[in-house]
Amino acid sequence: MMPHMLTRSLDRAATIFVLVVAACGILIPLSNLLLPAGSALQVPTYLVALWGKYVCYAILALSIDLIWGYCGILSLGHGAFFALGGYAMGMYLMRQIGTRGVYGNPILPDFMVFLNYSKLPWYWYGFDMFWFAALMVLVVPGLLAFCFGWLAFRSRVTGVYLSIITQAMTYALLLAFFRNDFGFGGNNGLTDFKDILGFNVQAEGTRAALFALSCLSLILAFLICRAVVSSKLGKVLIAIRDAESRTRFLGYRVESYKLFVFTLSACMAGVAGALYVPQVGIINPSEFAPGNSIEAVIWVAVGGRGTLVGAALGAVVVNYAKTFFTSGVLAPYWLFMLGALFVLVTLLLPKGIIGTFNSWWDQFTSKTPNADSAAREDGVTEPKMAE
Amino acid sequence: MPAIVLAIVRRLLLSIALIAAAAPAFAASFEESVAKFANDDFSDTDDAVSEIAVSGNPLAFQIISALQDERLMFDAETKKVYVKQADGKIIDAATGAVVDKLPDTAAAVSLNNRLRRTVDAALGGLTLLSPDLSTRLSAAKSVFKSHDEATLPTVESALAKETNRGVKQALTEARAAILLFKSDASEVDKLEAVATIRARSDQEALALLTEISSGDQPPSVAKAAAGAIASIQSSLAIWSGVQNAWYGLSLGSVLLLAAIGLAITFGVMGVINMAHGEMVMLGAYTTFVVQEIIRTRYPALFDYSLLIAAPLAFLVAGAIGVVIERTIIRFLYGRPLETLLATWGLSLILQQAVRSAFGPTNREVGNPSWMSGAFELGQITITYNRLWILCFTMAVFAILLAMLRYTALGLEMRAVTQNRRMAASMGIATSRVDALTFGLGSGIAGIAGVALSQIDNVSPNLGQSYIIDSFMVVVFGGVGNLWGTLVGAFTLGIANKFLEPVAGAVLGKIAILVLIILFIQKRPRGLFALKGRAVEA
Repeated sequence: MMPHMLTRSLDRAATIFVLVVAACGILIPLSNLLLPAGSALQVPTYLVALWGKYVCYAILALSIDLIWGYCGILSLGHGAFFALGGYAMGMYLMRQIGTRGVYGNPILPDFMVFLNYSKLPWYWYGFDMFWFAALMVLVVPGLLAFCFGWLAFRSRVTGVYLSIITQAMTYALLLAFFRNDFGFGGNNGLTDFKDILGFNVQAEGTRAALFALSCLSLILAFLICRAVVSSKLGKVLIAIRDAESRTRFLGYRVESYKLFVFTLSACMAGVAGALYVPQVGIINPSEFAPGNSIEAVIWVAVGGRGTLVGAALGAVVVNYAKTFFTSGVLAPYWLFMLGALFVLVTLLLPKGIIGTFNSWWDQFTSKTPNADSAAREDGVTEPKMAE
Repeated sequence: MPAIVLAIVRRLLLSIALIAAAAPAFAASFEESVAKFANDDFSDTDDAVSEIAVSGNPLAFQIISALQDERLMFDAETKKVYVKQADGKIIDAATGAVVDKLPDTAAAVSLNNRLRRTVDAALGGLTLLSPDLSTRLSAAKSVFKSHDEATLPTVESALAKETNRGVKQALTEARAAILLFKSDASEVDKLEAVATIRARSDQEALALLTEISSGDQPPSVAKAAAGAIASIQSSLAIWSGVQNAWYGLSLGSVLLLAAIGLAITFGVMGVINMAHGEMVMLGAYTTFVVQEIIRTRYPALFDYSLLIAAPLAFLVAGAIGVVIERTIIRFLYGRPLETLLATWGLSLILQQAVRSAFGPTNREVGNPSWMSGAFELGQITITYNRLWILCFTMAVFAILLAMLRYTALGLEMRAVTQNRRMAASMGIATSRVDALTFGLGSGIAGIAGVALSQIDNVSPNLGQSYIIDSFMVVVFGGVGNLWGTLVGAFTLGIANKFLEPVAGAVLGKIAILVLIILFIQKRPRGLFALKGRAVEA
């Protein structure tokens, strides 16, 4: 009875989520474009860009929830995949600048002229074509995740060890991208974009379209995650999360499952980064900072780990709070609040907003919640293996 | 008797004649030489310097050093030359008589770079005979560098008189350098000179010999020089290896100090403490506060400030560690990933708290006198602060090891590390052990902060820069064994410093991170992994 209940309640949450995102994706751009400026219902362009950023973060949070909430892999380096996707998109946007740069070089971006590059580095070839850049947005993070995961999962690096080496990975990339001779603009990163697919990135219409596209991507990402976790594959993932060794003994190839879901998640993070860059207008190495990746994990924890909807919700809530507090008189206290959020959520709200809400809902609708299945659905119990 | 007198007089005359012969044929009188300065023409000045340098006149040193400092004035009308002494007194360069004031038209004799070299060489030759030992030594060294032929007679006479061994050695080398560049020196002299310089076997000797071998030399000398160059190069390579090893040991000791507390908490409790770096930072700020108090109240105690700060830092960081364990971490046992997030949050709070209290900028922490300075060991320079930190780290390591081995708490900690449940069944209060372990690990981080305040910027971000490196050390070395941490820290430190010259600082670091990631594949639980049942726990 209980599992059925769970699916139904999640299904309802999923439907509501998809509808809300779709409504935002349609109504916000329309109100921005069609209503006269200054009208009470008109959404100003800066808000469209800001919320577009949140939606990208929500996709990143979804990708983290997929591996952490359902497979128990805590990646502290997902910001790296996000940033790599962003760089791939940034490289396309840089090539689109053409002769409109400060130095007017038709091939080389400004920073390369400035750094005395004589020709385009080989890894910049092809980024003048959108389809190639779009492909790279998926391929580069996916390939890195595949190689990294293949090495890590095959030798059964798990738990905190895995978290630490993912952090080392993003740290190494951070150091590499800060270098000028790495060919990605060093400290300053890539910025000063002009066009995307021939449309001005600053124009209201483009921003509205990007926002709608981000919402669409969020819905797609959500549906893909839903499809994965509710399939048979998803059941195995949850089994791995709860008792990895036992799953292995049952004959499942744990490494392959983990590798698949890790790579998929990295590709999603890459897409989030690619959508983020044209809306924010810059990508620089600080996106690789280990702190960013950990912050993304806390969004998931706040919203509710292993609920998907919660991850997206957490990303929006935390980032909205960040914007709200860092722009006011409370700015010096934001880090206190963020720190306290980390501590309090892990201590007092281990299931996150949605998880807690779900268990209330269950208690409300069924008088005798089964202790075992409640624990399973929480997704917070760690495997207790042989000691 | 008269015969003896006659003999002495004859010998005197002979030696005077010899000296006269040694002087240039166009030798001019001292006054004429000095007057050449008044032309303010570079080649005249050059001649004047060379002539005055060998004149033996007591004013020579004063004049040439005045020329070097642009205190040598000339009056173009009267063709008189004056020395403006450092204390403002004016003397006539030719006679040494004191003059009331400079003529209004007087100007400084100008110099160019070529002249400056001549001047340096001349001064070097003149100060070779100074009664002060260190002046003689530095003069001999400067002659070695300039290897000006004109100083050869002075060097030889100085060499004959010199009694100090070090100076004598420097003079011998200087003479060798001059002979090598002297076109009419005999082949035997040159071969001997090459041997002398080869014995120096440092960067300067290498430069000198390389310069020689590119010039026109007899084949035997060229061959000897080539041999000497090869031998010096291999000796320099060894020294640079030693230098890198020392830098590596120094970096390793810093890493060890930062990681050792982390290794304890991770080993015993399986808890990754992301706020560990902030404990280091708190230790550094404790040092700052102690030094501030000492500076304002008891300046005499400044040299002991670190000795006072170390136990205080241990207490401060340790106490905060115990509080963190009691209020947060103990509720999260069995959930290592959540602990990681919560301690990360704590690190944000601690950083921001310190930033609010002390400001975001770097704070100045001074070195006590016994930690500043350096000494030379062979071809490498060793700074005292690095050396002390290495000693300090080893002392902390030894104390910790002894504590784990010989005290009751150490025994309990080892028991809990190996098997928590069994330890609890045997009556060990595991939660007390956890709290004390966390306090101990944090306290050691605080002590690390005292040491790091001596070599790094004390800012709220101090801990952040060490935390990833410390993790790498622990992950690389494996948990549950302090020796693993020791080996891990020194291996990473030395590997880093040997990669740096090859790949550059940043690429070297990236290479290390990539190597660790690959290493983890081979040995997922580090170099010194716990074996048996503890592995799956």
